Amino acid sequence: MSAHEKREFEPKIVGFLCNWCSYAGADLAGVSRIQYPPNIRVIRVMCSGRIDPVFILEAFKNGADGVLVSGCHLPSDCHYLSGNFKALRRVTLLRRVIKEFGIEPERLRLEWISASEGDKFAAVVRDMVEQIKKLGPSPLKMKEGEE
Amino acid sequence: MADGKVGAVLVVGGGVAGIQASLDLADSGFKVYLLDEAPSIGGVMAQLDKTFPTNDCSMCILAPKLVAAGRHSNITLITNAEVMAVDGEPGNFEVKILKRSRYINEEKCNGCGLCAQKCPVEAIDTYNKGLTDRSAIYVEFPQAVPLRFKIDREKCIGCRTCQEVCKANAVEYDQKDTEVVLNVGSIILAPGFEPFDARLKSEYGYGRYQNVVTSMEFERILNASGPYGGVVLRPSDGEIPRKIAFVQCVGSRDAQVGNIYCSAACCMYGIKEAIIAKEHVPTKLDCTMFYMDIRAYGKEFDAYYKRAQEEYSIRFVRSRVARITEDPSTGNLLVHYVGEDETPRVEEFDMVVLSTGMKPPKNFEKLAKVFGIKINKYGFCETDPFTPLETSKPGIYVCGAFNSPKDIPESVAQASGAAAKAMAVIASGRGKLVAAKEYPPEIDVTSEEPRIGVFICHCGINIGGFVNVPEVVEYAKSLPNVVYAEGNLYTCSDDTQKRIREKIQEFRLNRVVVASCTPRTHEPLFRETLREAGLNPYLFEMANIRDQCSWVHMHQPKEATEKAKDLVRSVVAKARLLTPLKNPTVNVTPVALIIGGGVSGMTAALELAAQGFEVHLVEKEKELGGHLRKIYYTLEGIDPQKFLNNLVKSVMENDRIHVYLGAEVTEVSGFVGNFKSKILHEGKEKLVEHGVVIVAVGATEYQPKEYLYGQDPRVLTQHELEEKLAKGEFNAKRIVMIQCVGARNEERPNCSRICCGQAVKNALKIKDVNPEAEVYVLYKDIRTYGFMEEYYREASEKGVLFINYTDACKPKVSNENGVLKVSFWEPVLKQEVEIEPDLVILSAATIPNPDNKHVAEMLKVPLTKEGFFLEAHMKLRPVDFQTDGVFLCGMAHSPKFIDECIAQACAAAARAATILSKKYLEMEGIVANVDEDLCSGCRICESLCPYGAIEMTEKAGKVVAHVIEALCKGCGVCGTACPTKAIVLGHFTTEEILAQVRAVLKEMIAE
Repeated sequence: MSAHEKREFEPKIVGFLCNWCSYAGADLAGVSRIQYPPNIRVIRVMCSGRIDPVFILEAFKNGADGVLVSGCHLPSDCHYLSGNFKALRRVTLLRRVIKEFGIEPERLRLEWISASEGDKFAAVVRDMVEQIKKLGPSPLKMKEGEE
Repeated sequence: MADGKVGAVLVVGGGVAGIQASLDLADSGFKVYLLDEAPSIGGVMAQLDKTFPTNDCSMCILAPKLVAAGRHSNITLITNAEVMAVDGEPGNFEVKILKRSRYINEEKCNGCGLCAQKCPVEAIDTYNKGLTDRSAIYVEFPQAVPLRFKIDREKCIGCRTCQEVCKANAVEYDQKDTEVVLNVGSIILAPGFEPFDARLKSEYGYGRYQNVVTSMEFERILNASGPYGGVVLRPSDGEIPRKIAFVQCVGSRDAQVGNIYCSAACCMYGIKEAIIAKEHVPTKLDCTMFYMDIRAYGKEFDAYYKRAQEEYSIRFVRSRVARITEDPSTGNLLVHYVGEDETPRVEEFDMVVLSTGMKPPKNFEKLAKVFGIKINKYGFCETDPFTPLETSKPGIYVCGAFNSPKDIPESVAQASGAAAKAMAVIASGRGKLVAAKEYPPEIDVTSEEPRIGVFICHCGINIGGFVNVPEVVEYAKSLPNVVYAEGNLYTCSDDTQKRIREKIQEFRLNRVVVASCTPRTHEPLFRETLREAGLNPYLFEMANIRDQCSWVHMHQPKEATEKAKDLVRSVVAKARLLTPLKNPTVNVTPVALIIGGGVSGMTAALELAAQGFEVHLVEKEKELGGHLRKIYYTLEGIDPQKFLNNLVKSVMENDRIHVYLGAEVTEVSGFVGNFKSKILHEGKEKLVEHGVVIVAVGATEYQPKEYLYGQDPRVLTQHELEEKLAKGEFNAKRIVMIQCVGARNEERPNCSRICCGQAVKNALKIKDVNPEAEVYVLYKDIRTYGFMEEYYREASEKGVLFINYTDACKPKVSNENGVLKVSFWEPVLKQEVEIEPDLVILSAATIPNPDNKHVAEMLKVPLTKEGFFLEAHMKLRPVDFQTDGVFLCGMAHSPKFIDECIAQACAAAARAATILSKKYLEMEGIVANVDEDLCSGCRICESLCPYGAIEMTEKAGKVVAHVIEALCKGCGVCGTACPTKAIVLGHFTTEEILAQVRAVLKEMIAE
């Protein structure tokens, strides 16, 4: 880690959440006042099946240290029947792709969080922040900094 | 109201049944008053953790219905109230209502919850079944509708803290009860049930032993928002249990406590609770269920029961628990029972869950008096098997558990059915009491630069207490294209809506951003405000700085403020790119096509005709009646043939119903509101146009291959026996009935539901004809659920012998030199018994209609593994298909009794009426669009779309994808997969989301 990083590294995480389950779960964390680190910024989409790999790559390109993709539980919770399966396939493949770019696959996480799992949402964010702190800033960001 | 029919309905009870009835009525153009005694709607379902057999989260599937009922412009919620008197007649009732004081001004309270946080009192939390405390000023649960607080004056100490902290000035200590008088055309009763008080079964120690809990308490324990945050803990010491006993039939099937009926839902919810408990407990957990019969009689229930045994290793012990004692040193419980081998046993458990039954609502006597309806001997509403939704008083209908104990999908089906009944009485009043809202003409903003207004909510101190709102407002002003920004105490309040409209005018705003709570609850409100100001409602976007910011970073105000800025910036970046979207409209042909002319199809046809709609009724056979033609008497002893003849006569005489006998639907095309179908009738093909389809094709009886059926004339099915009995051709002295023939096996794992009742019915009839006859019923589980239990009891009392068999040890039927013999294991005698009956009667399964596959393919709707039609949602949409405009009822759905078929048929009619009653349908504006120049016609999207909303068409010599807007639900899966990016999902375009991604990160890097 470079010398100018004096403060503790605070990861920037972008979360893509489906409207029906995971976004509702994140809302429930709030309603239940479950505290979690303020490192995540959520972008709402209607279905996890809408999450284009391009969105995730764009997030990494713009300096995200981690990306969370979250949808309704497999197999049958998806509001749109099967969008979650599509998210599963895309994210699984994309994790291999980002590895090629030098981004650790652990920085991209896929979780199934239901509308009643506010505690799980908070736990996932907590865990991700901790894990990414260990990994350090995104290698992509480091490269940009060197330029 | 030319004929004096009032186009309004009072629905009493705001549980899932009451809500469903209200939504169906309101969507069909009637005014609804939905009344509940509780301060919010939701009923028991709001307290459940998961639902069987899909394990869906209960609140997740219920909450959208709560919000829909709360926001519907045709529904007025009257909570915390009760009906005092009813006067008048069908079509015109006068209802006196007592609205109890909440001590909160409902108009002013916005549910921010500050008062509850500051309230110093700890009262018992009834939502969590007393396992936790709540404040004296409260809402029942966070998702409550209406989200209005109430003061529990019994617990309130009058400190007035709430009054001081309430920024909305909503607390009114002196508020009085008020009386309201309503004029309605019909009434639906859906007051639900009261759980059996487990204290009355004192030998189980509930109330004395802390680790004996009721099933409702256990639901809360399992729930993530429950007393232990979803961790399964023992109430006595907070330890994780390793061994839990589930005790069935507590307060049901029990003459000792005065409830001889079966509560119909407990076996399944017990199994569900055991499964969920095993999923929640991280360590090894043993679950044992003590039961008399596992009554998994519903659709796909037996498959669930099997999974509980095989996948979850839940142990099932057939025994009635005698008593429960406690080891005071450990808090463990000793369950005393007689084992399946007839020896007394004692087993130790860490925790015991009592599956408590359903009792009629506490105030059933008052309900009977006020509404003038008859009550049955158990205290439930009295109904007739052929008019299952009608009370004894014309114009007043009943649905849900007050009708008889039942689970959620049956309650929902009955609710829609009761709505159909309630509508038919007042069909002429449709649309009279609901006002269509007028909006100003929409301003065209497409050529304008974005001019964004940002409104940032303090939410009292919910946001403002942690996020520096003025700082965020100043920051918002600095963002590109933002021409106006302000902070509000409550952005959602009525006066702020007015202010937003004024600011839109004053600053010529063409995009609006609100940073406050969650779009899931508040987006519709603000979109409405935009429409009222002449802006397209899709020129709006929200930043969630409360639920996902201030409330979850309460100890980090600086970071929370920075996050709020990031979220506002991100949303503003999206807002700059927003474009107006149209809500596509489709015209509706007010005609129904019904496939199948049995009792279900005919009932649905009559219900729709009564509401003024035209119906095409297509029956494959040469006469109407279907399966019911083979039924000669019901369990209750009524002759269905008389009923059937009347039904057929009414259908044939009805001008609005076109009957096609010996006919077949050969082709269906189009979509909701606009179907075109071909009917092959008398050698000719007729083309009909219609707005909806109802599938009522019924089911058939399995032709057994087992037990010498077809080889020995003395082996008959229950239907064949019934015919003999009805025609006086029965003269046997010794009869053996074998249950579950062709059901609950490898090939067809599910229960056929009606055969146990049928066997009991025929056994009783035999005893009627010849009291000396010996009747043996060999069964796996006797599933005479609900009030049918009474007849099972009667049969036992009359000497019918019920003998249990298992899959491992099935009965054997043989013909030895002309002598018919049945041998089986007698579990009480513990030996093999052989008898020589005159007749062997097989309770043959009810199997899907062989036409189902063809019909399903034609309508593009799914079937279950067994071949019955699969509805849109097992719990909450029992008669809908995922495809809009196509509905389902009767045995095509799954085997069921006549009253259940009738209820479902009425339900399908009500659901269909929500479409047929509209001149046109307004669809959601967020739909996919195809850029035909970019489309390469690869068909990837067509195969991915779960709704069949994409079709391939030829445009200018090229095959391109086309989105049928009426079918598109806006998930965006197609656009994401499109290799040429030819498909764009409105309001969630790739550019919009990418802009959001970039903006949310931009300044974060600069730090």
